[in-house]
Amino acid sequence: MTKPVFQRPKYLKNVPFHYCPGCGHSIIHRLIAEVIEELDIGGITIGVPPAGCAVLAYDYFDVDMGEAAHGRGCAVATGIKRILPDRIVFSYQGDGDIAAIGTAETIHAANRGENITVIFVNNSCYGMTGGQMAPTTVLGQKTTTTPGGRTAPMHGTPIDLSQMIALARGSVYIERTSVHSVRHILKTKKALMKAFTAQMNGKGFSLVEILSPCPTNWKLSPVEAFAHIEKEITKTFPLKVIKDEIDADRQGPP
Amino acid sequence: MADKVLMRGTHVIAESAIRSGCRFYAGYPITPQNELPEYMAEAMMAIDNATFIQAESEIAAINMVLGASMAGARAMTSSSSPGISLKQEGISFLAAQELPAVIVNCMRGGPGLGNIAPSQGDYFQATRGGGHGDYRSIVLAPATGQELADFTARAFDLADRYRSPVVLLIDGMMGQMMEPVVPPEFVNEADMPYRNWILDGARDRPSRIIKSLILDPAKEEEHNWKLYRKYENITKELQITEAYQVDDARLVVMAYGTAARIAKGAIKRVREIGLKVGLLRPLTLWPFPARAVEDASRFVKEFLVFEMNTGQMVEDVRLALKHRSEVHFYGRPGGVVSTPDEIAKVITSLYYRLHLEEEQ
Repeated sequence: MTKPVFQRPKYLKNVPFHYCPGCGHSIIHRLIAEVIEELDIGGITIGVPPAGCAVLAYDYFDVDMGEAAHGRGCAVATGIKRILPDRIVFSYQGDGDIAAIGTAETIHAANRGENITVIFVNNSCYGMTGGQMAPTTVLGQKTTTTPGGRTAPMHGTPIDLSQMIALARGSVYIERTSVHSVRHILKTKKALMKAFTAQMNGKGFSLVEILSPCPTNWKLSPVEAFAHIEKEITKTFPLKVIKDEIDADRQGPP
Repeated sequence: MADKVLMRGTHVIAESAIRSGCRFYAGYPITPQNELPEYMAEAMMAIDNATFIQAESEIAAINMVLGASMAGARAMTSSSSPGISLKQEGISFLAAQELPAVIVNCMRGGPGLGNIAPSQGDYFQATRGGGHGDYRSIVLAPATGQELADFTARAFDLADRYRSPVVLLIDGMMGQMMEPVVPPEFVNEADMPYRNWILDGARDRPSRIIKSLILDPAKEEEHNWKLYRKYENITKELQITEAYQVDDARLVVMAYGTAARIAKGAIKRVREIGLKVGLLRPLTLWPFPARAVEDASRFVKEFLVFEMNTGQMVEDVRLALKHRSEVHFYGRPGGVVSTPDEIAKVITSLYYRLHLEEEQ
């Protein structure tokens, strides 16, 4: 008998992804499923998918999944987690979902220190709706609603939601990673592992922002899109641990 | 038999919700319903597994309720007109995802910011769904302190039975008024219906999905018809009215909530001078009690609808009557509360104008 060296993670269903070629969601889904399996929390995990490209995430993860309206992931996750505090609850949200329409829900969930994990996929555009400007669209980036490129006077500068969340006292772990290379994919997995573990230990709000390629809307090949993250996107959104207070001595409940 | 206690309406709803097993409340401050979340905040502190959250917005509050409902809890939010507008997206999702929840709307004068006075301007919004898409919410219109208690308990049962949002439609008058009430019995967790659909982790069962995105139009159509069949059943099973002095009436007044109490006072006055006037009071606004209206129309040819708005329920009355009887309307929108004397004058004037005093 041969030992498999690579196979579908236990908590991904055996269905093909609908994502575009070169899209980062497929990689990120896989990483989350691997982390759920390795932490052995598949039977107690509840996921909250967003509106956006990952809206069909409930068809892929083989854990309980409850759909939220656009931007409301953190509010729905809050409701679930407060009723079932011993379960593991994560929301999966895009940049438009979390950093535009759902900014309030996200900041306040973090500020309350809700013991949930947020996966924030930043591809610097509204992918599902056809590539419009996102709050995270970088300066100069052309989108269908910034045909001349994003300019600060006209459109404002890209929002750094993760930094804003880090200011919220209830957040304990915020890291920005990327999936544009194997090294960064492995780093992303480590960050996810850390975020879910923080929740398992009741530490509070954790968020992993993942820079993700959108070759379709960036009008680049998948390989070019990976390079674009490395060269361009990380200038605005540098990869780093933004906050790590998992082991900090906290005064009273977060 | 439990003792009567003197309580204001908002407190009656809050206490009744807790007794009915409500273990999750999220809301945002708005007048005239603030005493409800305040009561919940205090009362829920004493309950181990209860959660009270003052949310950052009405939108967040309804979506927290949605999450709690997914996780299997009896959950409630409350607000007042402008806040209820903000919740409509969430209510549409609750309906689409077939999640039980109780929503209290303590209506105020509108549109826009309006005022905080009692009004009934949200009838259309409540009874037509309110949010986007083809759905309905069950809408209950209690009019006394005791009914607030009984209908709060009932709202949670109905929400569970039909897996649907249920709206308690009241106004600031109902919310503020103190009346003697016998609160409902405490419901044990064990007596609540078993929920075989919740999201609590796929430990010993296949994973579950609760969603409303149905990209295939044929399947979305199927889902719409499934909801429709549920609404048909509710319409058959749940039409509640109170008939007061209708048997010999030549004119029937139709009103709900605060307006119905004012109308009842008016009817008592005109009965004293011999006018044969009755009150038909819907306690369910959706489903609208069309059967009772139809039945009454066999004996009564004149109806007067009194609402604290410019005429909303009157459309449902006309639909139910199918032109078999005449429908008159008297409305006071914007937070103006009529006195029983004012309505008595309206009734008297109409009664004589229609020559109803003549033996037919």
